[in-house]
Amino acid sequence: MSVSQNSHLKRLEAESINIFREVAAEFDRPAMLYSIGKDSSVLLHLALKAFYPSKLPFPLIHVDTKWKFAEMISFRETVRQNLDLELIVHTNPDGEKGNINPFDHGSSNYTDIMKTQALRQVLDAYQVDAAIGGARRDEEKSRAKERIFSHRSASHRWDPKNQRPELWSLFNTRLASGESMRVFPLSNWTEMDVWTYIHVEKIPIVPLYFAKPRPVVKRQGVWLMVDDDRFPLEENEKPEMKSIRFRTLGCYPLTGAVNSTASSVEDIILEMRSSRISERQSRLIDTDEAASMEKKKQEGYF
Amino acid sequence: MSAAEANPISVEEFLSLESSKSLLRFITCGSVDDGKSTLIGRLLYDAQLIYEDQLAILHDESKNRSASDGDIDFSLLVDGLSAEREQGITIDVAYRYFSTGRRKFIVADTPGHEQYTRNMVTAASTADLAVLLIDARKGVLAQTRRHAYLSSMMGTQHVVLLINKIDLEDYSRKVYEEIDQDFRNFAEPLGFKSIKSIPVSALKGDNVTEISSRMPWYDGPALLPYLEMVDIGEKDPATFRFPVQWVNRPNPDFRGFSGTLRGGSIAVGDEIMAAASLQKSKVAEIVTMDGNLMQAHEGEAVTLVLEDEIDISRGDVLATPGDLPQSSDQFQAQIVWMLEDALLTGRSYQLKIGTQTTQVQITDIKYAINVNSLEHLAAPKLEMNEIAVCNLATSKPIYFDAYHTNPATGSFILIDRLSNATVGAGMIDYGLRRADNLSWQSFEVDAAIRSKMMGHEPAIFWFTGLSASGKSSIVDFLDRKLIAKGFHTYVLDGDNVRHGLNRDLGFTDADRVENIRRIAEVARLMADAGLVVLVSFISPFARERKLAREIAGEIEFYEIFVDTPLEVCEARDPKGLYAKARKGEIANFTGISSPFEAPKGPELQLPGAEKSATELADMVIKKFNL
Repeated sequence: MSVSQNSHLKRLEAESINIFREVAAEFDRPAMLYSIGKDSSVLLHLALKAFYPSKLPFPLIHVDTKWKFAEMISFRETVRQNLDLELIVHTNPDGEKGNINPFDHGSSNYTDIMKTQALRQVLDAYQVDAAIGGARRDEEKSRAKERIFSHRSASHRWDPKNQRPELWSLFNTRLASGESMRVFPLSNWTEMDVWTYIHVEKIPIVPLYFAKPRPVVKRQGVWLMVDDDRFPLEENEKPEMKSIRFRTLGCYPLTGAVNSTASSVEDIILEMRSSRISERQSRLIDTDEAASMEKKKQEGYF
Repeated sequence: MSAAEANPISVEEFLSLESSKSLLRFITCGSVDDGKSTLIGRLLYDAQLIYEDQLAILHDESKNRSASDGDIDFSLLVDGLSAEREQGITIDVAYRYFSTGRRKFIVADTPGHEQYTRNMVTAASTADLAVLLIDARKGVLAQTRRHAYLSSMMGTQHVVLLINKIDLEDYSRKVYEEIDQDFRNFAEPLGFKSIKSIPVSALKGDNVTEISSRMPWYDGPALLPYLEMVDIGEKDPATFRFPVQWVNRPNPDFRGFSGTLRGGSIAVGDEIMAAASLQKSKVAEIVTMDGNLMQAHEGEAVTLVLEDEIDISRGDVLATPGDLPQSSDQFQAQIVWMLEDALLTGRSYQLKIGTQTTQVQITDIKYAINVNSLEHLAAPKLEMNEIAVCNLATSKPIYFDAYHTNPATGSFILIDRLSNATVGAGMIDYGLRRADNLSWQSFEVDAAIRSKMMGHEPAIFWFTGLSASGKSSIVDFLDRKLIAKGFHTYVLDGDNVRHGLNRDLGFTDADRVENIRRIAEVARLMADAGLVVLVSFISPFARERKLAREIAGEIEFYEIFVDTPLEVCEARDPKGLYAKARKGEIANFTGISSPFEAPKGPELQLPGAEKSATELADMVIKKFNL
């Protein structure tokens, strides 16, 4: 089975390719935010299709918080080599100097400094006028109302009350000096679409998505993986080996695992059919308050 | 236990089931209190599409709402942004995704209040079907008519009339039938292909996903089963259209044109024609990363390689010879206006149609449409959320089809050139004349040769400022000094031009716009002839000054702001105009009853109250090394 036999995926694929080409044609300095997760893998695959046989007409940017899973970083390096990509890796130098981490500084402080601030720094440094990201509207409520071409002020702020209407497939790409656009080619994809597409297109993904016995501890009702020795174990805490996998990937201290035995893309799709838990629940940053994602987005978080 | 666990199937079976599902995009619209968000929340909940963690948050949040007591407030699922949750209303378009055993759905939830019509139009532009909500207690409202008209105008040809809160009317058959008939009478001229009325209670779940036992008199399907089976037919236009989006040129040996087919199909060997140059070629290859194709169809994103090297760039449209899109720089279209400031004829906007962008003016508002009565009304201007049939003129020919034959090549957006906001949406009816009749003459002697003869570069110095700010005096001194230095100059003065060229124009906003456009064109022609043009002109609006700069094109254009405070100008008042304006004898007087938008980044700002006109003229000479 390939994409050409699935009318729904084919339609989504064509729509995303159209968006990528529009970015390349209308902006001076686009870049693609590459987070190494499954959505980024799909996004990269679509970008390669959009410009074939040309190489990507923009660089990839990875905001490295230094707290990503080790397997994510090695996957990133493999992708960089195999595809001969221009990949910019950026870490907030101030945060790195201050050893800002999610354990001592709290998740929202850490996220602000190592993700939001870091992203702004690298976008400003490269004068990126269109930053392509892998967000989907089905992920979360405030995403559901975001445009495919989403305008940001010169200070990277999103104004949800003042969004440009987006009609047909006509995208208003005009910017004043210093402003930028966030572009979301996967807006209309669902989590299931992403997985079925990974399956039919045989897209490589980080092995952390597949279940395997890994060392974990339970905190606030969430299984966290002890990915390296920087994880400060409490006195009575002892990592146990459990068969787990991840539905989303981010910084390992902030990403909850799910109990699972799904060890292939096929297993994952079947598991998802019976799942009653949404994927964002495993991201700890969302649980602070219901509107937290919207607030973060207004401040410039992707 | 969910259905999936009960029926284990293989991935291949599952995928084959998935691929057989069709997609239905629909919109929901209704007034603020008709219960739209509750309906969508209920649809997702009843179809078991809400995850457990979402449900837990929902239970928590429902407790915070005074409106509910213990029950789940389904609208919280849908009302995404905190601003609108605080107000208890939906303010924007939200997209939801769900799928059942038969179909995949994308729902666009659109707000009901009057001032947000633009969101409804946005959502309808991609919808196959519209679900219109009606409060059974209120019946067909102005709002319902508006939504029905907008759906029809946007080409959404199927309607479900959802008569909600029927529980509050004791599940009355009579109420249902009256509303159904009332709506059909109104909608008859709109030409919908199908209208289905369903009596429901979104709150209680009657007739949403399953047929309710409380209305035995209703023998139709519930909403969800209806949406699963309604036949929306094929609407793919048969004529081949390929707007070129991006030129794909990885190396000197490969030159392809990337884009999405917006109509028809194309096969290797087919003859094509480029709409701009009318040059012909044949398709040599249809390239994709998954291998070359023999043919491609509507909606597919591909890269075409042609047999011949012909001149094609982004914005061109490839079509079949003998079946080209229309080409014109003047056309009639329906426009939905989305900006708080009214649309003015004569003002220039950016137009984007497919992959083409150009400048456009609305030359004439033929009539506005009252969407409640469908009456045609005379309209000097178009306010936000109004709809009108207009004539438009672009600065170069565009290639298009009528919207009703191909929405993808007949739709456009209008962009404000100052704020960059999307201010309007348009659907083309037809071209007004063939652009081919009016071609641009090119001549041998060009600007460079003229400039050599003159001994200096041409330029436009555009002086803007309040009446009596000192523009004309400064320009007069500057003109004399420049002539003495051997420059070839000419002065265009606002007052003087109004006696001749612009005698037919008054002082309304629309006339001011046209006034400036003409002066800018004249200034450009004179500069093209090699002159240094000094324009002295109040030019109060930033947009028009920007237009003047754009009309100047490659000619040097310097905006000079004569910044004299209003009190000083009013004290000078050489012609007694301020006094008259204060008494109300002159309407629309800049600074008094009409705004002056001070330039934000002029090339030069002159302190008009602090220095004499001749000193200010010297500042200009010094600044620009004249």
